[in-house]
Amino acid sequence: MKMNGARIMLECLKKEGVDTIFGYPGGTVINIYDELFSFKEIRHILPRHEQAGTHAADGYARATGRVGVCLATSGPGATNTVTGIATAYMDSIPMVIITGQVPTPLIGNDAFQEVDIIGITRPCTKHSFLVKDVKDLAMIMKKAFYIARTGRPGPVLVDFPKDVQIAQTEFVYPETVEIRSYKPKLEGHPRQVEKAMAMILEAQRPVVYVGGGAVLGNAAEELTTLCRKLTIPVTTTLMGLGSFPENDPNSLGMLGMHGAYCANMAMTNADLIVAIGARFDDRVTGKLATFAPHAKIIHIDVDPTSIKKNVRVDLPIVGDVKDVLTRMIKQADKLKDKVTEFKTAIAPWQTDIAGWKDKHPIGYKNSTTVIKPQFVIQKLRELSDDDAIISTDVGQHQMWTAQFFQFNRPRTLLTSGGLGTMGYGLPSAMGAQAAFPGRQVITICGDGGVQMNIQELATLVQNKLPVKIVILNNNFLGMVRQWQELFFDKRYSSTCMELPIDFVKLADAYGAKGFSTSKPGDVEKIIKQAFKEKGPVIMEFKIAREEKVLPMVPAGAALNEMVLNA
Amino acid sequence: MQHTISVLVENEFGVLSRVASLFSGRGFNIDSLTVAPTNEEKMSRMTIVTRGDDQILEQITKQLNKLIDIIKVIDFTDGSGVERELALIKVTAEDESRAEVLRIVDIFRAKIIDVTPKSYTIEATGNPVKIDAILDLLRPLGLKELVRTGAVAIGRGAKGWKG
Ligand SMILES: Cc1ncc(C[n+]2csc(CCOP(=O)(O)OP(=O)(O)O)c2C)c(N)n1
Ligand SMILES: [Mg+2]
Repeated sequence: MKMNGARIMLECLKKEGVDTIFGYPGGTVINIYDELFSFKEIRHILPRHEQAGTHAADGYARATGRVGVCLATSGPGATNTVTGIATAYMDSIPMVIITGQVPTPLIGNDAFQEVDIIGITRPCTKHSFLVKDVKDLAMIMKKAFYIARTGRPGPVLVDFPKDVQIAQTEFVYPETVEIRSYKPKLEGHPRQVEKAMAMILEAQRPVVYVGGGAVLGNAAEELTTLCRKLTIPVTTTLMGLGSFPENDPNSLGMLGMHGAYCANMAMTNADLIVAIGARFDDRVTGKLATFAPHAKIIHIDVDPTSIKKNVRVDLPIVGDVKDVLTRMIKQADKLKDKVTEFKTAIAPWQTDIAGWKDKHPIGYKNSTTVIKPQFVIQKLRELSDDDAIISTDVGQHQMWTAQFFQFNRPRTLLTSGGLGTMGYGLPSAMGAQAAFPGRQVITICGDGGVQMNIQELATLVQNKLPVKIVILNNNFLGMVRQWQELFFDKRYSSTCMELPIDFVKLADAYGAKGFSTSKPGDVEKIIKQAFKEKGPVIMEFKIAREEKVLPMVPAGAALNEMVLNA
Repeated sequence: MQHTISVLVENEFGVLSRVASLFSGRGFNIDSLTVAPTNEEKMSRMTIVTRGDDQILEQITKQLNKLIDIIKVIDFTDGSGVERELALIKVTAEDESRAEVLRIVDIFRAKIIDVTPKSYTIEATGNPVKIDAILDLLRPLGLKELVRTGAVAIGRGAKGWKG
């Protein structure tokens, strides 16, 4: 049957199993909206800003593992998506972004609402397409989804000119896709896997260091199985949280700038580091020259460019993390006796680690007069469901969440790790809630970042998305203030928010519910009440204003030079 | 160290800017870059001359391979390829220097492709080191203008590459 391009776009989304998109209308997508009007198989959610729509698609993707989809008009609509695209790109999130474009004959003429969005987003997309002929549309969509979700996932942008949306052709969705220049390597090399197991079983002070790749590659189960078989200590990055249960005795928690003392000490003293889906980011390694000076490094990653980018690697394994770990489990099962020996051999190392854990556990001093943010996070863990999805914004509250929430399941933490995008928390929670209407979705935000996409309260109320918004209000851009306190003699240049916001009234203005308190004794009561509410809720906790995130490895210092209490 | 890399690419919209923006975005050097169609209709070939230590070169090759439209990347630095470059050189040639220019042109098996009473325009081909050498000799006589194509390279031996 002949259809116009706009309709074909929707049919393609349906074929890809897309059930929800986040989009904002405008002149160059009005034809798509006209088709959407009667197209019932796809739920369209209207955010109040395209940036939020992009973060929502990202949150949807992180929570489900499927490709998130968003739609924006040309020009300003398209430029508003850029921060969301860059956020997804830095964390390797599979997304397809569809932007309207001026009609093909006008491209390059500085037409009304024309921007070169492909050019603007080139460095922060995995790939992009300009649809020049409606006959190519179905194949382009097939490729876009394939590229977004395979290999190292990432955002793919499809720029879709208005005249192509109107043009008609026969709709046939391709069954298969073959791109000769794109063949992600999926299977880990069997010899390399054998060598890796041999290296592990010979180690005396091994650490497994896990990044977001284990979550994205749906390898949490395999990771947990293997590490439990070996009783090997495991530390994760911010992005890796949830891939290995933090309540396991062999979990060291998060490493890096605000990581646990035991995790950073383990990395520094290890004789073998097994990096899995991680990329040795500067927030994790600290000063490179002194990073893991005694360790051999095994690096497993689906993206060859991650390997040897920042650190030397003794044994690289390029491949899908799930596949490699499955092979490693088999190999471990073949070597039962050696595994038993290994467990005995690493016992002294485990004692060292337990010593570090005892010496400086992640902790804080609670108070009966002022709310400590860490206390709120612990209460949230205690009172929320086991499968609750937590999103965060960026700042101190993000690090406290990472340190104190205790993540035991994959895809339950949505946070902007690579780009560190303030404004991410609320809209990403919205996307996750759209995907899982029945699950508890909580976003933990600062008073600064929550205001960067606060308009999405309207979207939550309108679409009955009962996201629970926790604001840890220190009336500061707290993370920057902390740096100013420690490294700039407390010159709080432009980090005090001065104007107090009445967040209860704000919730009320949008038709949501709001609670606020500055008393530690009210925290539990408010959380319980909020969780009972059917709709979206703001919980504002006025916290100890100058509380710091500790421990901290100052930028440029070695991992074992942590500031423990300042 | 200088490296000559050949890159086979799909003839897709924007592929040149993807490659160029990869180099600028990651701070890699480009000494020269050429691109033109090949014997296969849907394929173009770029030759990029770049610099860096082994680790940087490994990143350059891997990052190029990661671009979706790139079919194949080959580093010719180990002498496995033959390189050529073409230069058009406009040089001052008056009175006594006219003969000197002709002699240099002759030695380098270059050609004069345009003449005026005050200048010669020379076409020289050869590997980039040879082009540098002729330029060194011509420079003292007065270089008015210079255009170089940048190197192109092809593998030695009977085997050809396809996509
Ligand atoms: C879009 C954006 N702008 C600026 C920053 C720099 N930045 C990082 S954390 C932070 C402070 C955040 O303050 P708030 O949201 O109140 O959270 P808190 O640190 O107080 O918990 C700032 C300004 C950023 N990460 N993102
Ligand atoms: Mg704050």
